[in-house]
Amino acid sequence: MSGVVAVIDYGMGNLHSVASALAHAGAEEVVVTHDAELIRKADRVVFPGVGAIRDCMAEIRRLKCDELLTDALVARHKPVLAICVGMQALMSHSQENGGVPCLDMIPGEVRYFGNPLVDENGERLKVPHMGWNEVRQVRPHPLWQGIPDLTRFYFVHSYYVDAVERDLVAGSVQYGATADAALARDNLFAVQFHPEKSHTAGLRLLRNFLEWNGQC
Amino acid sequence: MGLAKRIIPCLDVENGRVVKGVNFVDIRDAGDPVEIAIRYNEQGADEITFLDITASHEGRETTVHTVEKIAEEVFIPLTVGGGIRTVQDIRTMLNAGADKVSINTAAIHNPELVRESAGRFGSQCIVVAIDAKRVADVDGAPRWEIFTHGGRKPTGIDAVAWAVRMAELGAGEILLTSMDRDGTKNGFELGVTRAITDAVEIPVIASGGVGNLDHLVDGIVLGGADAVLAASIFHFGEYTVPEAKAYMAARGIEVRL
Repeated sequence: MSGVVAVIDYGMGNLHSVASALAHAGAEEVVVTHDAELIRKADRVVFPGVGAIRDCMAEIRRLKCDELLTDALVARHKPVLAICVGMQALMSHSQENGGVPCLDMIPGEVRYFGNPLVDENGERLKVPHMGWNEVRQVRPHPLWQGIPDLTRFYFVHSYYVDAVERDLVAGSVQYGATADAALARDNLFAVQFHPEKSHTAGLRLLRNFLEWNGQC
Repeated sequence: MGLAKRIIPCLDVENGRVVKGVNFVDIRDAGDPVEIAIRYNEQGADEITFLDITASHEGRETTVHTVEKIAEEVFIPLTVGGGIRTVQDIRTMLNAGADKVSINTAAIHNPELVRESAGRFGSQCIVVAIDAKRVADVDGAPRWEIFTHGGRKPTGIDAVAWAVRMAELGAGEILLTSMDRDGTKNGFELGVTRAITDAVEIPVIASGGVGNLDHLVDGIVLGGADAVLAASIFHFGEYTVPEAKAYMAARGIEVRL
């Protein structure tokens, strides 16, 4: 039973696609909100993000979404799924916008892919990393259930996560550098790709999240 | 293995119906955009592009409602273009469920719109559409110029230099359409495709002229495009998206199967 899923809305872009994908994946009720009471009452929490990190961090702090996230993660131990810039915001620091301190919930840096960027054969790679790339499941996790290793997910980002504690990495992607595609710690799962835009594989991951009890 | 090349069916929409003309005239009806988007999603299209083809010269707002309906049913990226003029237009489309917006004429009149919208919404959702036409060579070298109004109005702007400038202003992707080829089924204009893909760091979608699956292969292999966009070969059932992907994969192109 998924219960109520709160998608934290801090005003940065469209969250309808996240909400409708969650509904499609079987969520009983989805609320898109930054209302503290609604988020506290929800059974699970999605922390999305699009756009530039500086603006995202400013709004996250202004609306106290960081406190709501800590409350859900630590105090109430709810399953939490962070997506894209939501994942990046959890890290210590991002190189975007000239350098922006982030929430520091997971130690690590958000790095620029580099320009020029080349692959192992010296071929030039475009930035942003945009499109469908293979995610290597570095370790098993309930959210990977039913999804074959090296399934393609949809990415769109110019900065990538590099976590300090490598045992938190649940998935990785190759694009010039090895980027962290998924991090997992206790009741938190964070992905750089967009499950809500990743067709059947993405919907399966969301369904796994809705069925997840927050243990790994 | 790495990032897959993308196949993007394009819905050219007029008055709520999908249409496709030859060189932007002689329009044929191809059906309901929501039904067609769902079909391509099920076939494994990598993205869908929705272009309101009449918006820029008749000032019509792109149909927000249709975009909302597509976004509720389709869980792959959706780009919306046609008649996008202001930051508010972009916000409206993103709120309706678009993942990216494509800016064409407005970027020519007001290049700062690209910088401002990329700063506000992120480069990842700002696509600059370039409609290029071959013009007289300069010193024996080919030259392509930007045209507006469905290819009728020259601007004097060099297409390659423009792509570079748009990338500098924060565009996340270039949608390059050859107005000489659009609707002809003679294949992409590979010269301008290669010139622009070599000139910019951001991904380039090749568009205009696809008539068979070899054209898609050529756009990637010879043109250097990161994605290929086609309309009529898919709308009228000549090929399915899986057929296109299998054909490309057999020729060594990495695709999402």
